[in-house]
Amino acid sequence: MPDATPELTVREPIIEVDSLVRHFGSQTVLNGVSFKVYAGDTFVIMGGSGCGKSTLLRHLIGTEKPSSGSIKIFGQEITTMNADARQKLRGRYGMLFQSGALLQSLSVAENVALPLNEHTQLDAGLIDTVVKMKLEQVGLTGHGHKKPSEISGGMKKRAALARALALDPPLVFSDEPTAGLDPIMTAVVDELTQRLTQKIGATVVVVTHDMNSVFRIGTRIIMLGTGANQGKIIASGTPAEIRAHPHPAVQQFINGDPQGHDGDDSGEVLYRETLLGINDTGQYSRSAIHSSKP
Amino acid sequence: MSTAFRQYFELCGSLLYWLFVAPFRGKGWRLGHTFAQIIRIGVHAVPMSALTALTIGVVLAMQSAAQLAKLGATAFVPGLVSSSLIRELAPLVTAVIVIGRSGSSVTAELGTMKVSEEIEALEVMAIPPMSWLIVPRFLAMVLMLPLLTVFSIYVGLAGGWLIGHFSLHMSTAFFVNHALQYVELRDIGIGLLKSGVFGVLIVTIACSIGLNVSGGAEGVGLATTRSVVVSLLSVFIANALLTALFFF
Repeated sequence: MPDATPELTVREPIIEVDSLVRHFGSQTVLNGVSFKVYAGDTFVIMGGSGCGKSTLLRHLIGTEKPSSGSIKIFGQEITTMNADARQKLRGRYGMLFQSGALLQSLSVAENVALPLNEHTQLDAGLIDTVVKMKLEQVGLTGHGHKKPSEISGGMKKRAALARALALDPPLVFSDEPTAGLDPIMTAVVDELTQRLTQKIGATVVVVTHDMNSVFRIGTRIIMLGTGANQGKIIASGTPAEIRAHPHPAVQQFINGDPQGHDGDDSGEVLYRETLLGINDTGQYSRSAIHSSKP
Repeated sequence: MSTAFRQYFELCGSLLYWLFVAPFRGKGWRLGHTFAQIIRIGVHAVPMSALTALTIGVVLAMQSAAQLAKLGATAFVPGLVSSSLIRELAPLVTAVIVIGRSGSSVTAELGTMKVSEEIEALEVMAIPPMSWLIVPRFLAMVLMLPLLTVFSIYVGLAGGWLIGHFSLHMSTAFFVNHALQYVELRDIGIGLLKSGVFGVLIVTIACSIGLNVSGGAEGVGLATTRSVVVSLLSVFIANALLTALFFF
């Protein structure tokens, strides 16, 4: 099993995942996933649609329970911890959801202030100042009074990022942080992520399939497989190691090639035929639509 | 079905903890949120409850007067109106109104929050959804449904008085005296107990179904329908059981 852990390191692992397995009915979504994330890393989890990367993230934040395996965050086993201990641990990390997940009943500023109101004793004036700073960081100055329904999808995502960073947590999880953002805002979010690790010393775990972001911000990367390798780590390493990785599915994913390997080691499979039902002649293959192995 | 029951009883168990144990561990009730829900569930339901209760009081008085007039016993109209309202109609009709207005709204709101990951976001921010969302709605419902019921009783009696006074030519004092003559304090207590039980059923069913929504917008719609149907059936069955328990 590939492991993202460097051979020689003096840094403490912030997250340790060992032999994580998750079944949904008869389907195995995560299959023996093991890795470590070290302090200061920007750890990227990438992979094709349905490979289990968002499910893996949900296990890391403790909203899903694994079928078996171990997850330690800050040295604490989260799969068996009680609700009170989990609550305390959650105060130490922030999470940016794919949809933003802003509370619709609150304004943008109230959303960002929420963790501060709940977990600090700061007075209202100071909280207001912190909220304004956080909104400024993500380019939302002057939008604090608006409801989430009154701003665009990209602004929602940035507001959610501001909320995730409100408490300056030492660990931030981020699910598709740049999906739906324009190139400039993608760069802004990437820069914010880099600033988190380089200036504040935070550790960031990012789930994404935006390859520009992966190589711009990632310091350690793992890729989850699909098909016969469903839920397994098929590649791990630094950005340079991933770029040079020999696995054809990794290369196909990096290059965005519609035709290639689907991650199944049992033989070459036309990826576009498997997923799209298009054969070599460019015709739609009805049988391929119903079978993952034509 | 068994999953729904398990989810329901899990919610009830968790609710008991957050209502009675958590406050002694430094996690008190969120009174600001509760107040906001009191306004939404209780105060905003006043006009609809009033109109419904008024029409029921008027209709009860007219129907009973039409029958009792044949026996020359229209003097019994106030008592019939008051006992029907207090024992049966006010708690039941108010509960039905609240199911339609607030039970459905609670399920739809929580369901939408569930599918848009807002509830998961609360959990990850170490803000327990039970404390933030469920306890305030529970407290508001259990407080406001009996109050709305009392209000409905008064308005319903006023409706009966309109017929008694203007159609049957009863004096106000006569109507009030006869309305009270057939009602015991116990009846009022049981009426309020009923509405309290209905409130618990409505809010726990609405929250349980809302928190367990899956399947996007369609799932929210189906859950809202299920919440209303299950709440109505539960309230009708509970009403029959409580009536059998206390009046026979």
